[in-house]
Amino acid sequence: MIGLYHYLGLGGVIFAIAMAGIFINRKNMVLLLMCIELMLLAVNINFVAFSRFSGNIDGQVFVFFILTVAAAEAAVGLAILVVLFRNRRSINVEEINRLKG
Amino acid sequence: MGLSATDYIAALPEIVLLGAICVLLVAAVFLRETRDAVLHYGSLLTIAVMAIITGFLLRDHQMIAWHGNFIQDGMGDVLLLFCYAITGAVLVYSRPYLKERGLLSGEFYVLMLMALLGAMVLIQAYSMLVLYLGVELLAISMYALVALSRDDGTASEAAMKFFVLGAISAGALLFGMSWIYGLSGTLNIGVLSAQLVGSSGTSIGLWVGLGFVILAMAFELGAVPFHMWLPDVYEGAPSSMVAFIGSVPKIAAFAFFMRLLVEGLGPLHDIWMWLLTAMAVGSLTIGAIVAIAQPNIKRMLAYSTINHAGFILLGILAGNALGYRAAMFYTLAYVIMFVGAFGVIILMSRSGFEADMLDDFKGLNERSPWYAFVMLMMMLSMAGIPPFIGFFAKLEVIRAVLDVNMTWLAVYAVIMAVIAAFYYLRIVKLMYFDHAEDKQPAIKAPADLRLLLSVNGLAVLGLGLFPGGLLALCGIVFGI
Repeated sequence: MIGLYHYLGLGGVIFAIAMAGIFINRKNMVLLLMCIELMLLAVNINFVAFSRFSGNIDGQVFVFFILTVAAAEAAVGLAILVVLFRNRRSINVEEINRLKG
Repeated sequence: MGLSATDYIAALPEIVLLGAICVLLVAAVFLRETRDAVLHYGSLLTIAVMAIITGFLLRDHQMIAWHGNFIQDGMGDVLLLFCYAITGAVLVYSRPYLKERGLLSGEFYVLMLMALLGAMVLIQAYSMLVLYLGVELLAISMYALVALSRDDGTASEAAMKFFVLGAISAGALLFGMSWIYGLSGTLNIGVLSAQLVGSSGTSIGLWVGLGFVILAMAFELGAVPFHMWLPDVYEGAPSSMVAFIGSVPKIAAFAFFMRLLVEGLGPLHDIWMWLLTAMAVGSLTIGAIVAIAQPNIKRMLAYSTINHAGFILLGILAGNALGYRAAMFYTLAYVIMFVGAFGVIILMSRSGFEADMLDDFKGLNERSPWYAFVMLMMMLSMAGIPPFIGFFAKLEVIRAVLDVNMTWLAVYAVIMAVIAAFYYLRIVKLMYFDHAEDKQPAIKAPADLRLLLSVNGLAVLGLGLFPGGLLALCGIVFGI
């Protein structure tokens, strides 16, 4: 029988994978944006699982807001990526290092 | 489940602002020659109207509206009034600077007001959902503001770093909130607090939630361990954007701490106090020591912000009304000083030249004694030297920490403040005792900028000489 903690475990593992992806990935900026999306989806699993098992609908409403805001965030992120590529001709994470100190 | 008039009245400033943003957005598309002036004065008019509305609504009792999602109380109203004033000041400071650089577009005003709206929603939020929406509205507008100078490689790099760290912190915030929601079964802050008081013992899940939420708050405030974005964004972004990013979001971040941590998770004070202590010690140290090595004044002020964030945390972690009052007073004092310092930086910059290196301040006294004096007041105030407002802010915070018997922390904060005083005084030395290497033209600025900057400078002195009023105001909202 699949219970609440299985879903929470799945959410936690996906969240950890996304975190690892952000910190281990040293090459591609697009991968970074994908990891960020993955992180938000992991949170959605958590919210839906908690909401389903406690019978409280608020968590599922929250998920709709997260999905909407994530779309807006991805749009701005990709726009910044395009601007960055136009200025630098590269989306390599290691080359984004002109600001230091 | 219908809405009553009080719901709309509680959110009236937000509704007015949202309407004004829509009008200005359309105006920015259709107007040609008069566009800049209409947007500029339209934005300032909107801010003035909101200030009047908030002033009328100002009460010392709280009103919860929108089915428990929204709150209007004394703390929120005072913070809102400061947000308006600071945003208005930044708009006036920015205009000539952005005009010279060709950045004065309709987007700038719309994004600034959107960010202000996000800060206002965050300040008045009373459920985790609304808090999250406020955080994101503020953050997404700021990413776009930083990236507004499209052809500047450093600005777009700063925007990318800001975006990635901001998105990670939003993810952490949501992850923490999902656990808090799951274990308490509510998103509402008041209900959450009541539940925590009623329940016996805390579970591991709640600790996880608390930890992640505090990480996200550290990002908002610019405290260790999520402070890395500050120096890069401050250095890379145009100065006028930094004047905004360093001020209004800090007021919102203070409200964020107060709403979620103090009002919502207040019963867990014993746990989060130690997390906040660690963050405060880290912020004080990094902010004081790393700043010394920075040749760029914007980068230096970024570390100074981290140091100030440490002081604000000291007030919050004290966990009583005295501490909250001190933290609020410190936040408000800090934003006044910060906006003034960036006003001078913006004033000294001209087309093709950013006054962002420490050497650019050499001999400022010979070129412009009055603005050198304004900068002197800002720096001495940030260093915490009487009779300026920064001194009383630091004094109150340290008193609050001593009040809860954390003497070692107070001593540590004072030591770090003394170290930090070195780099503030270095700017004073450069302005008054060094000579400029090359002949620089006289400073030219429109009258409204010069007037407002002078008022800003005198406010730091005036509020320092008579701190009672602002302090009493901060006290009333916490019932002292």
